[in-house]
Amino acid sequence: MLEVRNATKRFGGLVAVNQASLTVEAGSITGLIGPNGAGKTTLFTLISGFEKPSEGRVLFEGEDISRDEPHVRARRGIARTFQIVQPFAGLSVLENIAVGAHLRHAKRSDALARAESVGQRVGLGPELDKSASSLTVAGRKRLELARALATEPKLLLLDEVLAGLNPSEIRDIIPVIRAIRDEGVTILMIEHVMQAVMNLCEQVYVLAQGRIIAEGAPAGVCDDSKVIEAYLGAGAADRLKREKVHA
Amino acid sequence: MTFRDIASIIVLIALLASVPAFIAANTVLNFLVFTLIIALAAQGWNILGGFGGQFSFGHAAFFGTGAYAAALLQVRLGINPWIAFAIGTVAGAAVGWVIGYLSFRSGLRGSYFALVTLAFAEVLRILANAATFTGGAAGVLIKLDVRPGNFQFESRGAFFWIALALVGAVLLLTRWIERSRFGAQLVAVRENEAAAKALGVDTLRVKLGAITVSGAVTAAAGGLYAQYFLYVDANIAYGTWISVEAILAPIVGGLGTVFGPLVGAVALHGLGEITKLAAGSVPGIDLMVFGGLLVAAVAFAPAGILGLLRRSARSRGGARHA
Repeated sequence: MLEVRNATKRFGGLVAVNQASLTVEAGSITGLIGPNGAGKTTLFTLISGFEKPSEGRVLFEGEDISRDEPHVRARRGIARTFQIVQPFAGLSVLENIAVGAHLRHAKRSDALARAESVGQRVGLGPELDKSASSLTVAGRKRLELARALATEPKLLLLDEVLAGLNPSEIRDIIPVIRAIRDEGVTILMIEHVMQAVMNLCEQVYVLAQGRIIAEGAPAGVCDDSKVIEAYLGAGAADRLKREKVHA
Repeated sequence: MTFRDIASIIVLIALLASVPAFIAANTVLNFLVFTLIIALAAQGWNILGGFGGQFSFGHAAFFGTGAYAAALLQVRLGINPWIAFAIGTVAGAAVGWVIGYLSFRSGLRGSYFALVTLAFAEVLRILANAATFTGGAAGVLIKLDVRPGNFQFESRGAFFWIALALVGAVLLLTRWIERSRFGAQLVAVRENEAAAKALGVDTLRVKLGAITVSGAVTAAAGGLYAQYFLYVDANIAYGTWISVEAILAPIVGGLGTVFGPLVGAVALHGLGEITKLAAGSVPGIDLMVFGGLLVAAVAFAPAGILGLLRRSARSRGGARHA
């Protein structure tokens, strides 16, 4: 469904994403992990269109969308959430979601109805009439999710929707994400919460210093020595292995 | 839009329309017509600034275009004033689109956008002041020829009703915007442009639409001004005063609300007139009142008079529940 081919993004002298390639199969939940500053969010901005790649291409359903503006990509069926939540603070929760719903529904009443059902689905039912600025962090994350879903996407890009949530909130939202996939929305997620990645993802890509250094099933990727070293430093993989033998 | 959405507008306009039946004094009608013209200009500003969050400091560019077009087309080219007025409104829309295209295309926002609009208005003022076609610094005088077909009336009441009809039409238009997809997207752009883009909003197109409509409405106010006072010069038409008036009324009345600009214009000019009467002939006293009101509005009622009313209504409702 989504294919990133050798994408590179430079900001002046800094190479944020370096020849990264990844494929997201239709109907899957694919994870993108990596240490802080690896370029995960930059790669997301290339996919969602907020930045254009310096080199390489982004293909969606076989078509090259590398030069499309963000709103055009949204129309094609790509929705994203923001790592740093971006609510329309002056509007109610329902009105926030309705902006997303308006993408496919011109009439106000249709958009509001659609927004309400999406809001219920992500568990914002009791909050719909409240001001978006009054929501807790967990509520705002759900709002990000709801707005993106309201655009009725084919591919949903989730940028750390679980960050900042406590364990019970995470437990609550994981089934919501799985249910979204089960209804036919393909998901690509950046996530630091490994419990969620192990739980949800079929395929994981690991990004470090702008490069994809590993890919595969979550369990295998976690044992990969390159991945361990990217997180814990050179030599860490050997040390861990030795400790395991001694134990 | 349902009937309930527009009922309040219809009632308000009907009430205001009956005013000339009770008060026939020319000074009062004069004041009311002038206030309605300001309200109309402010309604135009509110569509772009209040709903879209794009603060223009140069709505004089539209007001002046409407005023000069209405005056020049009939004086220089002999076009019927009604048609000249309509063309002026369209010209305001065109100027809005051009200014919008140039500034939004290059991503200007916030204070940069405000400064560019101010510059456009000033350039137009200087051009109008220098060109011979516009009558230069002497301005354009529209010949007195009182005929309804000529957009000139015996009674001030007739003019009042026309101004009121236009204000009412824009109230309806604003209500429609508020309840439409375009309005939802416009407010989304105001609140958070990046998030709006991510949700598929073509932000450039939405902003261009808003500034075009905004320009048309404010230009209509300019055309009305020219037709009422039968005289236009560069400092009236393209002067900073009207840009300021167009900003002040919505801020005092309630930014991004349907009735805000009208309420604000009536409050500001009503209070200005009262102080002028009370303080006698102290020059500029009404401007000091404007300044004081603006400071008070920004400090104590950031949502304007309407926001204040809504808040007190809510707290009273809450007290009843308790």
